[in-house]
Amino acid sequence: MSSDTLTGVLFVVVVLITVAITFWASRQTKGAADFYAGGRGFTGFQNGMAISGDYMSAASFLGISGAIALSGYDGFLYSIGFLVAWLIALLLVAELLRNSGRYTMADQLAYRMKQRPVRTAAATSTVVVSIFYLLAQMVGAGALVALLLGAESEASKNITIILVGALMIFYVTVGGMKGTTWVQIVKAVLLMGGTILITVLVLAKFDFNLSDLLGAAADNSGQGEAFLQPGLKYGVSTTSKIDFLSLSLALVLGTAGLPHILIRFYTVPTAQTARKSVLWAIGLIGAFYLMTLALGFGAAALLSSDKYAEVAASGGNLASPLLAEAVGGGDGTTGGAVLLALISAVAFATILAVVAGLTLTSASSVAHDLYATVFKNGQASERDEIRVARIAAFVIGGIAILLAIPAKGLNIAFLVALAFAVAASANLPSLIYNLFWRRFNTRGAVWAIYGGLISCVGLVIFSPVVSGKGEDATGKNLSLLPTSIDISWFPLENPGIVSIPLGFFLGWLGTVTAKEPETEARYNELEVRSLTGAGAEQAVKH
Amino acid sequence: MTAITSAKGAPVSTPEQSHDHARDHDPLYDELHATAEFTRLRKAFRSFVFPTTVAFLAWYLLYVVMSNWAHDFMSKEVWGNINVALVFGILQFVSTFFIAWLYAFYMNRRVDPLARELERRYNDQVGGAR
Repeated sequence: MSSDTLTGVLFVVVVLITVAITFWASRQTKGAADFYAGGRGFTGFQNGMAISGDYMSAASFLGISGAIALSGYDGFLYSIGFLVAWLIALLLVAELLRNSGRYTMADQLAYRMKQRPVRTAAATSTVVVSIFYLLAQMVGAGALVALLLGAESEASKNITIILVGALMIFYVTVGGMKGTTWVQIVKAVLLMGGTILITVLVLAKFDFNLSDLLGAAADNSGQGEAFLQPGLKYGVSTTSKIDFLSLSLALVLGTAGLPHILIRFYTVPTAQTARKSVLWAIGLIGAFYLMTLALGFGAAALLSSDKYAEVAASGGNLASPLLAEAVGGGDGTTGGAVLLALISAVAFATILAVVAGLTLTSASSVAHDLYATVFKNGQASERDEIRVARIAAFVIGGIAILLAIPAKGLNIAFLVALAFAVAASANLPSLIYNLFWRRFNTRGAVWAIYGGLISCVGLVIFSPVVSGKGEDATGKNLSLLPTSIDISWFPLENPGIVSIPLGFFLGWLGTVTAKEPETEARYNELEVRSLTGAGAEQAVKH
Repeated sequence: MTAITSAKGAPVSTPEQSHDHARDHDPLYDELHATAEFTRLRKAFRSFVFPTTVAFLAWYLLYVVMSNWAHDFMSKEVWGNINVALVFGILQFVSTFFIAWLYAFYMNRRVDPLARELERRYNDQVGGAR
């Protein structure tokens, strides 16, 4: 059997397993707490797995190992920001949010503020962040599946995007949070299993001597020692160094403001379980990123020069799959074909789990924040609200498909970094202020969210990402817009270094220019509830 | 709380009207807030998480800045092909694991008992009232 056929078969197996899980979960989904929060009945370990499954996107699995394979040490810099960020989620956000919120990110702000303005702002930011992230994943899925199945026509990419979109809509509308969570758990098991297998096989080739692996990678990459030192990718100029600093800030501060991560803390019965889930997630994510070292340097060390060129042509995305093929025995061997197919299926499962989480998050926010509170003034019935959430999942999924199809030829990988930047600039300031600053009020929250969101997106529009960036040597266009249009004046690709302080500043400014005694008065309640769990939402008993 | 999560078609968002919350404010929380136990709880929590957050963010930024601007130091080889940059990067993993463990240890010992006591008082009061 050829590798493509085997890959196809494994894709079908992944789809069948996840569809079966979704049907099973749908029978256990009755009320709103089931649909939005999986009944709050998951254990710390289960939720830790699901968090890892939600967080480690294809950008992590294929992107980081690919970045290490091509840029050496600088690829590794990415993963450290992604991991350290979890300490903010653990220490400042997870438990307090679990105790004071219910279904969405906005719940926690709305606890003591004017409902309409803060829910509208928080829902806007939730949907924007989720759609950016979703688009990047779906376009990535189209390109990836085409590469892995060797079917690189326009039509096959479109079919993949539509299929992934249809599956994610199905998981969310039918399985709700329970179905989505189990899809993420299955994906985490597959991802960790596949990564451990390849890591062990790579290290075994070097008798488990890391230094030898690094040496071989440096030699084979053609870069020599520079491959193992920082600077190959980000150290080109002062601008690129500041850009990297800006990116690092967004990564480390953005995670704890990503709505699809935040709502995972609601799926457990208590704050202590939320703590345990983050501890598990840190362990799993940390172990995974350490293994990306073996994957990335392994790909640089072990791939033949044609295969290495193929990795470079794919922007790094093929590093892990081709490495799997190489350690399985190489091109044309059964072992190589089996491992390539296995890792491709893992990548596919990875994408499915992440897009499902994102769709659920934005649908929940539209139904719970916008429909139930802003439009229906809190008078919507539970049944109505869930019906709207399902419709919203269809609409958002449909929009994502319609946007991803024309965008598939564009380089939109920057959207993931942008989603982190928006999360850090718009969401984190209001979350932190709300939990720790009595005086914080509605105007502060609204200014922080819109200010952070608009400045992030605005700066990116006028950055080299969108226009005016070409390769000096080849004249190749590296921006989103055609070379004839150049509207860029902001020099950095990552807006975080400006927009994150701005978000915090606007949150402060809005607060001190408004008086809201009611909001301050309810801080006692929020503080007691978030720190003790007194009166927090309970798990659903079936 | 049970009324909110029941599937009887009751409005799911009753307490969340679009006005301020002053009228559904539960004075019991103010009472708990004023207790000495709560002051101790908040102090115990904040005295760990604030300094720790500042510390790990500074430690991380130091790493980012060194990667950017201390190229020669980071490129020094420690053992074989393993250089300072790699060791520094791995240390970020070690410190993250350690801080996560330390936080859990601290919360279990110093914060959770106080939180459980206050939660119990809340539940006793609410249970008595309803």
